[in-house]
Amino acid sequence: MTQQPYLSVRNLSKHFKPAAFSRGAVVKALQDISFDIPRGQVVGLVGESGSGKTTIGRSVLRLIEPTSGQVMLDGVDVTTLSGAQLRHQRRKMQYIFQDPFASLSPRMTIGQVLTEGLDIQGIGTRAERRARAEKALMAVELPVDAFDRYAHEFSGGQRQRIGIARALTLEPDFIVADEPVSALDVSIQAQVINLLRDLQTRLGLTMLFISHDLAVVEYICDTVIVLYLGRIMEMAPAADLYARPSHPYTRALLSAIPSPDSATRPQRQILTGDIPSPANPPSGCVFRTRCPFAIEACAGDVPALREVAPGHLRACIRDDIL
Amino acid sequence: MGAPILDIAGLRTVFRIGGADIAAVEDMELTIAAGETVALVGESGSGKSVTSLSVMGLLPRRVGRIAAGKVMLSRKSGEVIDLAAMSDETLRQIRGNDIGMVFQEPMTSLNPVYTVGEQIAEPIRIHLGKPHREAAADAVRLLADVGIPDPARRAQQYPHELSGGMRQRVTIAMALACDPRMLIADEPTTALDVTIQAQILDLLQKLQRERGMGILFVTHNLGVVAEIADRVVVMYAGRIVESGPVAEVFAHPRHPYTKGLLRSVPRLGQAVELKRAGTPLPTIRGNVPSLRNLPKGCAFANRCDYAIAACSAAMPALVETTPTQKSRCIRWQEL
Repeated sequence: MTQQPYLSVRNLSKHFKPAAFSRGAVVKALQDISFDIPRGQVVGLVGESGSGKTTIGRSVLRLIEPTSGQVMLDGVDVTTLSGAQLRHQRRKMQYIFQDPFASLSPRMTIGQVLTEGLDIQGIGTRAERRARAEKALMAVELPVDAFDRYAHEFSGGQRQRIGIARALTLEPDFIVADEPVSALDVSIQAQVINLLRDLQTRLGLTMLFISHDLAVVEYICDTVIVLYLGRIMEMAPAADLYARPSHPYTRALLSAIPSPDSATRPQRQILTGDIPSPANPPSGCVFRTRCPFAIEACAGDVPALREVAPGHLRACIRDDIL
Repeated sequence: MGAPILDIAGLRTVFRIGGADIAAVEDMELTIAAGETVALVGESGSGKSVTSLSVMGLLPRRVGRIAAGKVMLSRKSGEVIDLAAMSDETLRQIRGNDIGMVFQEPMTSLNPVYTVGEQIAEPIRIHLGKPHREAAADAVRLLADVGIPDPARRAQQYPHELSGGMRQRVTIAMALACDPRMLIADEPTTALDVTIQAQILDLLQKLQRERGMGILFVTHNLGVVAEIADRVVVMYAGRIVESGPVAEVFAHPRHPYTKGLLRSVPRLGQAVELKRAGTPLPTIRGNVPSLRNLPKGCAFANRCDYAIAACSAAMPALVETTPTQKSRCIRWQEL
């Protein structure tokens, strides 16, 4: 018996056109992305600058319009919804932003920040909205008196908790968390990840967790997707990905993360060269220009995402050496 | 190791805020010898960047100043001077000449309207008095030294034509233009992708081997510290809480903050097991205190699992726990 996934992304592409009269080229930010998130699970999107991870997050909530492809959220095709339908659907789906300083208005009280979504959706009376906001504050372990204070009175970690509380007031089923701990200090990062994990399991949330750091997504994600230049390189259950990384890019990425225990680990593998421009991606496999295992055939067709172990997919043709 | 190139003692740097002096750095001590890399680590507000700005004489005017202490620098000429007592004019002659500087954001360190070759040649003309043609040739050679392919062509390009990693290589070339004995790198890889960070760390190590300069490396990333530094100085709320050789400090931290920080760093492959066991990730509870109202005694006491009443009575001294390691904790022996 297979349950329908909560989120289903099929052949999603996003091309950004250059500004009118400029000489720029079309930026292919996303190319043919497909994945599912079962209800109540967390999928991590990991990649470096220009990999398309944020573009996926925004396309899924239709904060930007995808060029082609389909996004089914709880059985509804988000890509075809009209304005009013989309607004209604947004109750179920919320976004947590990276920068807790830029994402909270300095002129609004925390109460206004937290109830704005409820106002827009026309949910509850004034008193009920306040009660929901206070409940959300408690859920993120902030004092209820934060309601009447302003963002500048809080530290980075506390602000990120406010950002999480804002996403929770609408009692969504699905959350896109876009680099939610990247701007935080190390000692605070782990606190916020623990909080997100706790909320996710307690509330049964389905989540898309975006990060540039493979080490950060490990604890919270059930499945991890590794992106490079707008394409999926590898997708696997979290435990499997860290134990048996299969794609050369994933291996390089894992090897590049500096660890405090670096004295005890094998020699680091350093990738040469820069990430190519998404306006002019390499033919065939987009990673081939930096790949230590690239051969002539890699420049040919775009490698298909194939299953190499149960639930473990890889887009690489070099089965002979991997 | 020989005589230090940089020797900081008793440094106190204050900021004038709302009519009162707030100490951002207090009782700072640090030495760096030739060929040695010392990492200064800490979280936001720990005073690590203020320390590096104090050394460079780049504190914001009229707001920040060095209130006490000495910052002794051994110049290329062999002369030893106290940077804390120097005029702005002297400091201008030292920056970019005796001290090279690399910052976090390469785009803000580079001028968008000059080619990168011109920008690397500028300190060579100003500090070393070389003519244009010679300085331009030096710039191309420096671009090659920092691993930029086709350096003669790249020298003619503007910063926006280069990638983030390339730009950071250019700022490193600028920092090294006058062959300084001391390099200050303030979060030089923080804005870079992890695969590019690995390249830049590798480059800095190679350049140090070739040139034998001392490096003060400011970072919040303990992984980067392990990768690049010989010794580490850990700061919290403006003071050193622990210092010593990296291997020693990371293997046997003698301050609860260092210990907590090391435990909080996500380790690849470990979180999956914690999740399976239903255990939360290790954290340090609470938040970093504001410098405006620091608690009495140890600033870390309110977040510390080892805190006792005596911790809040008086500021603990920075004591030797081994001949090379120091801790500012009265219970270091119990850790």
